[in-house]
Amino acid sequence: MSFYDEIKRTGWAEIEKEINGRSDADVQAALGAVRPGGVDLNHFMSLLSPAADRYLEETAGHAHRITRQRFGNTISLFAPLYVSNFCNNSCAYCGFNSKNPVRRLALTPKQARAEGEFIHRMGFRHVLLVSGEARQVATLDYFIEITGMLRPLFSSIAVEIYPMGVEEYRALIAGGVDGLTVFQETYSERAYERFHLGGKKRDFQWRIETPDRGGEAGFRRIGLGALLGLENWRVEGFYMGLHAKHLMRKYWKSQVSISFPRLRPAAGSFEVPHEVSDKDFVQLLVALRLFLPDTGFTLSTREPAELRDHLIPLGITSMSAGSKTDPGGYTHPQPEGAEAQFEISDDRDPETVADVIRQKGYEPVWKDWDEALS
Amino acid sequence: MEEALIIAGRRFRSRLLMGTGKFSSAEVMKRAIESSGAEIVTVALRRVELENPGDSILNAIDRTKYLLLPNTSGARDAEEAVRLARLARAAGCEPWIKLEVTPDPRYLLPDPVETLKAAEILVKDGFVVLPYIQADPILAKRLEDAGTATVMPLGSPIGSNRGIKTRDAIEIIIEGATVPVVVDAGLGAPSHAAEALEMGADAALVNTAIAVARDPVAMAAAFKKGVEAGREAFLAGLGGSRREAEASSPLTGFLR
Repeated sequence: MSFYDEIKRTGWAEIEKEINGRSDADVQAALGAVRPGGVDLNHFMSLLSPAADRYLEETAGHAHRITRQRFGNTISLFAPLYVSNFCNNSCAYCGFNSKNPVRRLALTPKQARAEGEFIHRMGFRHVLLVSGEARQVATLDYFIEITGMLRPLFSSIAVEIYPMGVEEYRALIAGGVDGLTVFQETYSERAYERFHLGGKKRDFQWRIETPDRGGEAGFRRIGLGALLGLENWRVEGFYMGLHAKHLMRKYWKSQVSISFPRLRPAAGSFEVPHEVSDKDFVQLLVALRLFLPDTGFTLSTREPAELRDHLIPLGITSMSAGSKTDPGGYTHPQPEGAEAQFEISDDRDPETVADVIRQKGYEPVWKDWDEALS
Repeated sequence: MEEALIIAGRRFRSRLLMGTGKFSSAEVMKRAIESSGAEIVTVALRRVELENPGDSILNAIDRTKYLLLPNTSGARDAEEAVRLARLARAAGCEPWIKLEVTPDPRYLLPDPVETLKAAEILVKDGFVVLPYIQADPILAKRLEDAGTATVMPLGSPIGSNRGIKTRDAIEIIIEGATVPVVVDAGLGAPSHAAEALEMGADAALVNTAIAVARDPVAMAAAFKKGVEAGREAFLAGLGGSRREAEASSPLTGFLR
């Protein structure tokens, strides 16, 4: 059974109503039931509820302790490497939208290698290849060739590219890719249709079953995420938790992680329909931590420096730093950054971020994987 | 009688082995190791760059003072574990390897089939193999037969700090072992480590409980004492409790 079959059994509205109906007593019961292994689905719903926002400090304390016990005093660091911003999709919120008149660029494997060398010099050993969806430009062989060029530089190579089939994923893995990240954007099928206006990405089921295909192909790491701001974050959080559990049960050898990309107000012309405040963001993070004690949580440079620093002790286990989100951006910085996928909020260099991590009492980890493992 | 832990012919005064993960800095790790008195320190190969002279973890471990025991954490099958072990040896590590084959990234429980397979290959290849295993007495014997230098049964899942939940099985392993038994994983307090040694385990390996303590250096010292107390109690001969009552006037006394 894929996750699509699983979510078909529940309705968005029904879950929303259930979460919104939770009382103070429910939240207290949930907090009383916290064990090292976390809380169950029922208590998780209470922790996502509006009633739980009065218990944020207590929930955060649990999240802090559970994360430290499981992951220790460490934060892993990685950098994205944008290889191509060609895209056939029209996603209402995205800078790579095919309708946007931006300059398109696909790095040659040699250019990608140069970007990789730059990232390697900054200290990173984990890299994430990112690309828009344009099979006519960025083919499977293209990604395999780039992976081959980067393999000697990095101990872990993950991809955040358009969804592929199981056989294609197997070929990527054989080529040296160990991780797959794919954001669902929103778990509401209705909202999904509203924001995805053209291209292959319109197919909700194909998208939501992508992590299943990745698990079947044997990726060692699978990353999920919802684009926060498209729909009610409480319900998105519920489905993210469910999705992670589904994958962990089914592909028990894969490490699941969750990212928290958030749409920021006033970023471009897209109006954020369900703005997520910092407080909401923290509640989502800590509630998910209590439901998923073993899941890695990733934070990108979309978030401002100050907030990122505060989130470090609340359940985050991995961060990007010094990111460029336009192809070629490391070696050939653009003065405007107009072709970037999203606005970088935390533009500090990786060493500065690492220093902050140290000041917070954590060890920045640049390498936590090995080529011999993939 | 010399009171030493002997593994593969090598003598160690300390019966506490330390892991190096989860510390807030290489400096804290270094001081905790010092304070623990440990002489064997295990390092995840996935975390270090063996060929990088600036590697912060490797630089914090003085290899003239400690035996650096590389481990295969992250390996999902025998093939990956063997590959990692060979890379470590090729990069100049001593041919000692803590064998961890943990296909499940959540509880990091060891795969018995792949562990045995990897142990057989590595022993033939000249490695001193210290396998991390489920507390399974038969598996422990099979590994011994394969030529491993120790067996390292878990007390409870790695990082759980839950203590020795596998006590009965570990007792059977200790009873039957001809190689040192090192209780590895799950020891959350010095009393747990003491318990392992009291039971007759030859040593204990600790990481999380020290690394995530408020004061890791002080906690390392506490574990040192726990291990020492447990060992002394074992040697002194604990009265212990028995499964069956022992009549104070023996039932068979009339036979004499």
